[in-house]
Amino acid sequence: MPISINHQPYDLPDDPRVSLLDFIRHDAGQSGTKKGCDHGQCGACTVLVNGVRINSCLSLAVMHDGDEVTTIEGLGTIDQPSALQKAFLEHDGFQCGYCTPGQICSATALIEEIRAGWPSDATGDVEQAPKLTDEEIRERMSGNLCRCGAYPNIIAAIREVAETEL
Amino acid sequence: MTALFKHDKPDNRNVLDHTAQGIIGQPLTRPEGILKVTGNATYAAEYAFDECLEGVLVTAPFAKGQVNSIDEKSVSSMPGVIKVITDKRLTARAAQGTANEAPKQNVCEVHYWGQPIALVVAETFEQARDAAKHLKFDYTEDTDAIFDPEAADSETEDGATQQGDLAHAMKQADASVDLHYSTEGHASAAMEPHASIAQWDGDTLTVHASLQMLNYNITELADAMGLKEGKVRLLSPFVGGGFGSKLGVSQDVVAASVAAMELGRPVRVVMSRQQVFQTIMRRSETTQRLRLAADADGKLTGFGHEALVSNLPNEEFAEPVTQSSEFLYGGENRVLQIEVARINRMTAGSVRAPGEAVGMPALEAAMDELAEKAGIDPVELRLRNIPEVHPSEGTPFSSRKLAECLKEGAAKFGWDSGPRTPRMQREGEWWIGTGVASAARVHNVGEAKARVTLQADGTALVQTDMTDIGTGTYAILGQIAGEMLGMSRDDVLVELGDTKHPRGPGSGGSWGAASSGSAVFVACEAIAEEIASLLGAAKDDLTLKDGIASWGGQTRPVTEILDGKAITKIGHYEPGDTEDDYAASSYGAFFAEVAVNQWTGETRVRRMTGAFGIGRVLNEKTARSQCLGGMVWCIGSALTESLLFDPVDGHLVNCDLAEYHVPVHRDVPDMDVILVEERDGAASPIQAKGVGELGMCGGAGAIANAIYNACGARLHDFPMTPDRVLAAMPAD
Ligand code: FES
Ligand code: FES
Repeated sequence: MPISINHQPYDLPDDPRVSLLDFIRHDAGQSGTKKGCDHGQCGACTVLVNGVRINSCLSLAVMHDGDEVTTIEGLGTIDQPSALQKAFLEHDGFQCGYCTPGQICSATALIEEIRAGWPSDATGDVEQAPKLTDEEIRERMSGNLCRCGAYPNIIAAIREVAETEL
Repeated sequence: MTALFKHDKPDNRNVLDHTAQGIIGQPLTRPEGILKVTGNATYAAEYAFDECLEGVLVTAPFAKGQVNSIDEKSVSSMPGVIKVITDKRLTARAAQGTANEAPKQNVCEVHYWGQPIALVVAETFEQARDAAKHLKFDYTEDTDAIFDPEAADSETEDGATQQGDLAHAMKQADASVDLHYSTEGHASAAMEPHASIAQWDGDTLTVHASLQMLNYNITELADAMGLKEGKVRLLSPFVGGGFGSKLGVSQDVVAASVAAMELGRPVRVVMSRQQVFQTIMRRSETTQRLRLAADADGKLTGFGHEALVSNLPNEEFAEPVTQSSEFLYGGENRVLQIEVARINRMTAGSVRAPGEAVGMPALEAAMDELAEKAGIDPVELRLRNIPEVHPSEGTPFSSRKLAECLKEGAAKFGWDSGPRTPRMQREGEWWIGTGVASAARVHNVGEAKARVTLQADGTALVQTDMTDIGTGTYAILGQIAGEMLGMSRDDVLVELGDTKHPRGPGSGGSWGAASSGSAVFVACEAIAEEIASLLGAAKDDLTLKDGIASWGGQTRPVTEILDGKAITKIGHYEPGDTEDDYAASSYGAFFAEVAVNQWTGETRVRRMTGAFGIGRVLNEKTARSQCLGGMVWCIGSALTESLLFDPVDGHLVNCDLAEYHVPVHRDVPDMDVILVEERDGAASPIQAKGVGELGMCGGAGAIANAIYNACGARLHDFPMTPDRVLAAMPAD
């Protein structure tokens, strides 16, 4: 089975060493997903695989036979940006923009994770459904580094969208 | 066609306050932002060129010595391998900012661990990476490498200040401090690794690269390659962060260029994160001595700031630790001096706010100790020591909002000017405390040109090689042109990052907005003048707004005046006498509240307020973001960031983002930014100053002071990691 990236099918690479990240950026030519470290340390490469966020640099493309991968390009377009993409724009939730696709993919998944009741380190009582506090958002976004330091604006953007969607 | 503005006198006309469009300073969203949030902004490594080869750098596994031979055959039969490049033109170091010439070449001579020594080129990245790991080479390691700055030979930097008798002032003082501080090395750690794609068409070398200062980079690359500058084109329309690390042409740029010229195919070279840490500029570690002497009123009578920094042999750059100490506070007896030790670590160069980033926190921590000894509130102590004129040069200051920043910041933060005894507030196992620090960053400008075209359809086009590294250049240049030419920002197209456009100084030293912004302003003034003359109107009588020209009671659409023709002007801004006639700087104040854990020594920043005077604000949203970014860096340099080197072989131990700790989301609280109203006509004809670095010039000191106020631990070593805080915490 091929791998699907934003609903487009691609044949798996011949070279098993190709990471999912390099496959997306290079073989599939969808360079919106970024490489910041290639070691699972920065979150720039965050994509959704079957709806769940992962660091695509830590995964080999050949492991994703039949998977549906959603990248930043799949979340919205220039003409029809997603609510989070719009909120990032409005709140200036980025500067250089290099961490941004990863931040937005992570935030998209974060809203679903809270909806599903998954706890985090910031969740006081894991028996209860997590609340949408700033601390909860910050904890869940801490795998996405932003060296430009847009953090306060990123949180403002996510808070705004999450409040209306949850 | 070219309009020149030479900055010999302050421009206090404040033209942008009298234009009619009303968009200057407005918090407009970034015009390129939609590309960034949808993944459509294309960064250096992301161009898809047919037949593009992939290059991976091979680096030295030793700190000093000689590569004797490289065995190309050891990898040439590996799948996909095309070539091992060992050319003499390869560069061993990145160029310093504004170097304007090739950095050190001859990569066979190794001076630091991780220095590039070759490039392996293959059909795919995976093949090149594998071959690079397997490349065999023969080398001789020298035994005289020096890694400890304290043990190395050092030289005194030019420009030291010796004034009066500081030792005597210290003896006579009513209150004084004599303190030693240390700061560890820092990495820029921009999120986009250095990357280049070079193309050679047999005549011209075209390189897409991630660079901050194309105007200098083109000369550096041409010089390295032995090409004429006219045969080189550099493009950097999007740069994934720079912070100084991309000021000068880096090793990937030259390596990709050599390979492309030799192989006749495009070649991409992307540094790994580890290579970026190992081979690109570090901020030097520092040791500093602060001596402050004050009279009974807390007025400084003596001021000493000395620092030891390091760099490789033959590098001119020395972390300018005392840069703002020269003028921030008074005190007639002064000693300011920097020594540079020569050691075998990667090149030391500019990392965001070189100098102030480490000098200001130490100074501001020392001021806190002086305030305590003198029994004066630390905000008040700073207010009492704002000098009338530059303390050693006697030049007047241009506009300076330090006092306003301290006062407005204190009010917003809710600063308590009562007694400041440590351990007054506690929540569970956390001690809570507050701290203050001043901010200062010297103002720089550089010669800049920009082309502005008022199109026949009434829209405008702005073109310059200036870069936007996240700083907001696209936004502000569009706003300046829209304001001057009377149209909405959406009607202005800004093209950046291409050396075929008129050149500016690039992004660095916080000088981009004031310099290239002024060039755009000058071009627009010339266009407005031409419109006035087409109408036979006096230039000062002409108003441009929403595409309509108004003068002497008449109005006419601009498109009608243009009558199918465009007007193009190149604005040329040239720094002049104002640079010497005035001491110009941006100023600010930081207020921080921290919680320190009694048992673990962990520090959490709970809130932070920054008030800044940056001259005219060109876009409130992007300016605020720059300040926020700087304040995030304050948290990193105060608490977590330090480059750690192996004392035995000199390698950088924490060469990745897992071990070099930049602040993450959960380290950063909500932060307040106040932009104090200001115009500084001596700083630039648009009355703006730099903002990209100011936000991290001193804030780590405010955090250090808050740690003391919280728990009584007085530290003198940055970063203030839990182990250090615990060790300094007084017993109950
Ligand atoms: S590139 Fe995957 S986490 Fe950094
Ligand atoms: S926007 Fe530059 S790293 Fe986040």
